[in-house]
Amino acid sequence: MSQEIYYKKLTELDEMLDKSEISAVELLKEFIGRTKQIEPQIGAFISFDESRALAQAAESDKRRASGRKLSALDGIPVGLKDVIAVRGQKLTCASKMLENYVSPYTATAALKLEDAGAVFWGRLNMDEFAMGSSCENSAFLKTKNPWDTTRIPGGSSGGSAAATAAGECVVALGSDTGGSIRQPASLCGIVGMKPTYGLVSRYGLAAFASSLDQIGPFARSVKDAAVLLGTIAGHDPKDSTSVKIDIPDYAAQLDAGALSGKTLGVAAEYFGDGVDAAVRKRVEEAIELCRSKGANIKEVSLPHTDLAIPVYYIIATAEASSNLARYDGVRYTHRSKLADDVISLYTKSRAEGFGEEVKRRIILGSYVLSSGYYDAYYLRAQKVRTLIRRDFERAFESVDAILTPTSPTPAFKFGEKTANPLAMYLSDICTINVNLAGLPGISVPCGFTPEGLPVGLQIIGKAFRESELLSIAYAYEQAAGFSDAHPNL
Amino acid sequence: MEYEAVIGLETHVQIKTRSKMFTSVAYKFAEAPNTLTDPVVWALPGVLPVLNFEAIRKTIELGLMFGCTIPEITKWDRKNYFYPDSPKNYQLSQYDQPLCLGGGVEIEMEGANGSEMGAHRVVKLTRIHLEEDVGKLTHFAHDSLVDYNRAGTPLMEIVSEPDMHSADEVFAYLNAIRNTVSFAGISDCDMEKGQMRCDVNVSLRPKGSDKLGVKVEMKNINSTSNVRNCINYEIRRQRECLESGVPIVQETRRWDAALGITQSMRNKEDAHDYRYFPDPDLLPVKITPELLDSIRADLVEMPFDRQRRYMSDFGLPYSLTSVLCHDRELCNYYEASLKAYPKNPKATANMIVNDLQRELYAKLQQQSSQEEDVFEETERKSVEHSKHLEECLLTPEKLAGLVEIIDAAVISKQMAKEVFVEMFATGKTAAEIVKQRNLAQNSDTSELEEFCRKAIEANPKAVAEFKAGNEKAINALIGPVMKASKGKANPAVLLPILKGLIK
Repeated sequence: MSQEIYYKKLTELDEMLDKSEISAVELLKEFIGRTKQIEPQIGAFISFDESRALAQAAESDKRRASGRKLSALDGIPVGLKDVIAVRGQKLTCASKMLENYVSPYTATAALKLEDAGAVFWGRLNMDEFAMGSSCENSAFLKTKNPWDTTRIPGGSSGGSAAATAAGECVVALGSDTGGSIRQPASLCGIVGMKPTYGLVSRYGLAAFASSLDQIGPFARSVKDAAVLLGTIAGHDPKDSTSVKIDIPDYAAQLDAGALSGKTLGVAAEYFGDGVDAAVRKRVEEAIELCRSKGANIKEVSLPHTDLAIPVYYIIATAEASSNLARYDGVRYTHRSKLADDVISLYTKSRAEGFGEEVKRRIILGSYVLSSGYYDAYYLRAQKVRTLIRRDFERAFESVDAILTPTSPTPAFKFGEKTANPLAMYLSDICTINVNLAGLPGISVPCGFTPEGLPVGLQIIGKAFRESELLSIAYAYEQAAGFSDAHPNL
Repeated sequence: MEYEAVIGLETHVQIKTRSKMFTSVAYKFAEAPNTLTDPVVWALPGVLPVLNFEAIRKTIELGLMFGCTIPEITKWDRKNYFYPDSPKNYQLSQYDQPLCLGGGVEIEMEGANGSEMGAHRVVKLTRIHLEEDVGKLTHFAHDSLVDYNRAGTPLMEIVSEPDMHSADEVFAYLNAIRNTVSFAGISDCDMEKGQMRCDVNVSLRPKGSDKLGVKVEMKNINSTSNVRNCINYEIRRQRECLESGVPIVQETRRWDAALGITQSMRNKEDAHDYRYFPDPDLLPVKITPELLDSIRADLVEMPFDRQRRYMSDFGLPYSLTSVLCHDRELCNYYEASLKAYPKNPKATANMIVNDLQRELYAKLQQQSSQEEDVFEETERKSVEHSKHLEECLLTPEKLAGLVEIIDAAVISKQMAKEVFVEMFATGKTAAEIVKQRNLAQNSDTSELEEFCRKAIEANPKAVAEFKAGNEKAINALIGPVMKASKGKANPAVLLPILKGLIK
C-alpha cells in the first residue's frame, strides 16, 4: 500500500533514512507541514520549537551520512507529552500554574531519546497534571479525536495519542497513572503501552501519583512501540524506584508466532454492564482470533476488580495532594497579583493557577490523609491494593497474559461526562488495576464500532516481562491487520 | 506545694556530609544565598530524591554510641505543611520507623568544684531519626526573602524521654550530646551556625507525682545559655500559674532572648495536621547486620569512657581530664604526644592543659581583637580553638620532646617555660632551642664548685645560720650560684656541692 510519508512506521522511515531516500530534515519538514495543516482540526500541540527540531534533524543527517547513526530513532520526529521535562523547553503540564515555566533540565527518558538521535517534535496536550480521561481538563486547548473531531481523544495523554494517530509525529511519549496512555491509544486507534512500574525512570516526569506513574510509548505499530520502549527503559540512579534489570532488544525479539501455545486469561469482571456492546463484540472477536492462532483461552477471576476505582482515587489523590504542594506561587509558578501575605500568596495563586479537576483531587487527597481519616482511607486502600496485586499474581500462575477491553466505551462526545466526574472516572475502569498492581499493559487496535470509532484490546502481562507481552501484542496485530488503518484527514 | 519540672528535648543536629540528604549538592555555611541549589533543592517539577548513605551511616553510628536499637527496616515519610522555607511544602522525615530506637545519653552534673567529678546519670532517649533541613527566611517590613542553601541538608533529630528535671541537667545533656557527636566527627555542633538547635518541652507536676503535667513547647532555641534561661523562665512562669490557679494550656511558645521571656505562638487547636504518609519516591531501607558490624568496628570511644581511662590508666587528676576530654583535638594531640614519649603522661597532660592552652588562647585573643570580632559563645571559641590547634607549629611530637628533656634534667622546669614559648612561636624542637641558646643545665662539678665557693665567701651570715642548724638558710646561697651560672646550674647537683663545701 503506497502511503503518505506521515503515516509511515518508524521502522519504515528508518529504512528510508538509511537508504537516503529522504533526509531527516526533509522528513521533519513533512511533519511540520502536516502539523501546520491539520492542527486547526486536531489541536494536539501545546507548543513546538521548529528551529531546535530542524537543528536536531540536521545533526542527525550528518551522523547518518558519516555512518555514525545512533539508533533506529536517529532523525525520527518524536512528540512528548507536556509533562516530561526537556531543558530549555516549556513544561506546562497543561496548567496555568506552569504556563511560563521553562525546565532547566531534561528528564532521563527524554535524555535517552536525545542520545538515540530522536528529534523532539512538539509538546503535546493533556489533561492538567495528567488528571482526566478526555483531555478536556487542559487549561489551554481542546484536542479532538482524529477519527471524529466531535469526540474526545481520551486522556490524559490525549495530545500524544491524537498527534500519533493523525500523523503529526511518528511516535510519542505519554505517561500512564491509571490508563492515561492505554485509554487514549485505544480511542485513537493506535498502540499505547504502560511498562511495569520501575522499568522507565520517572526522573523529569512531573509527578501526579508517584507510586503509579510510568512513562510509556505511543506508536502506530507494536514494533515501533517496542523500539521506543527499548530506548527509554532501564535503571536510573536518579530514580530510587527504577529497577536494575537488563533491557533486551524488544523489537528484535518480537515473534509473529507468539500466540501459539500461549495461555491467555479472560476475566468476567472486565466484561460487566458498563462495557459498550460494540466494544465487547470487537474484544470477543479479538479473543477468538487469538484462539484461532493457537492460544488457549482460560477463564480467570480477579475478584477485587470492582474496588479499583475507590482505591485508586484514594491513593492517587493522596499522593497528588502532596506532589502538587510545590506549586505554591513562591518560586517558579503562577503568582497571584492579589496576594498580600503568605497565606493569600498560597490560596490565591493556587485558586487561580489550578483547574477544577486538579483542585477536586487535591482536596480529596488532603482529606484522606488527614488525621483521624488516614487509617480508614489511605491505610485501608493500601491493603486493598495488595489484594488487587494478589488477584493478578494468582491469575498469572496459570496464564501468560490477560485480555480485556482497554476502555469500556469508544470515544465519547465533548462535554458528555464533564458534569459528572464519577462517570468520567469509570472510563479507566479496565486500566486502573494494572497501575495498582504495577504490571505492564498494552492497548492494540482491534477494530471499529459501527460508527467507525476505534476499539482497543488491552493485553496485561507479567511484571518485567515486556518482551513476552510485546510479542503477544505483535502476533495479534499481525493476525488482525488493523495497524494500517488511518483516520481520513 | 513543691513542684517538679519534667523536661524533654528534641535536638536537631546537622550532619557533616559531602552532599545534601537527597541530592548531590554540597552544603557550606555562609555562602551567597541560593547558590548551593539544584533542581532537587528547588523542588522543580519532575525531580526525585536519592538517599545519602553517608547520613544514614552517621546516624546509625551515633545511635550505636548511645546504645539505641537499630531496627532492620527504616523508611521515609512526608510531613506536609506549607511554609516558604520548605521548597516541596513537605519535609522528608521519618514518622513511625526511625533509624534508632531507645538508648540513653550519659550526662555529668557540675561537681562541687573544678577538681571534683560531678554526679553522672543516663538520660533516656526515645529515638533518633533522620530528616532534611529547610531553607532560611529573612523578614523585612513588606517582603520576606528565602535562601535555600540550607534546604535539604541532612539533619538528625535526637528525641529524649521527658527525663530531665532542671535547666542544669539539660545543659549537661546538651554538652554530652555535643561532645559525643563532635568526637565521632558527625557534626561540629556549632549552635551559632545552626548546626545544633533544640525544641524544649517543659511541664510541672507536684513533687512525688508520677503523672505528667500539661506540657509547653519552646521551639528552635539557638544557644545553650538561651536553653538554660528559657527553661528557668518557663519553670518559674508555670509555677506562678499553678500557684495562682491559672491553668496551663498546651501550646507552643517562642523564646525571646532579648526580653528574656517566652511568648505564646500557637495553641493545641492551631497545631498542624501534617498528613504524614510514606514517601512513594523512596523505598524502605534494610539495615543489614553486615552494615551494623562495619559501623561498630569504626566507633570512637565515648568521651566519658575516655575520661575514666585517662584517670585510671594515666593517673591524671579529674581537673586535667575534664579539660582534655571535652575536646577531641586536644585528646588527639595528647595521645599523639604520649605515643612519642609515653613515660610521663601526667606532665604531658599538664603541659597541654596549662602551657599549650594558654598560648592558644593568647593567640586567639590577639587575632580576634585584630578582626574586631566578638566571640560570645564558648562553642564558637572551641571551634576556632581546634582550628588553631591544627595550625599549631608546636606538634605533639615536639611537645613530647620537651617533656622528655625535662625528665632527663637537661633543662630546669623554670627554663622549660621559656623554651615552650619559643617552641610555640617558631615550631623549633626543644633540642634545637637548648642547643642554639646553650641552655643545657650545668652539671660540671668543677665549674659549679667555683661558683659555690664564691657564694659562700660572699654570704658568711647565711653560712653561719646553716651551721647553727637552720637548713633553709642554704637557699640564700642558691640564688647567687644560679645567677653566676646564668640559670643553668642543675639544682640536683648544686645542693650536695654547697653542703659539702660548708662542712
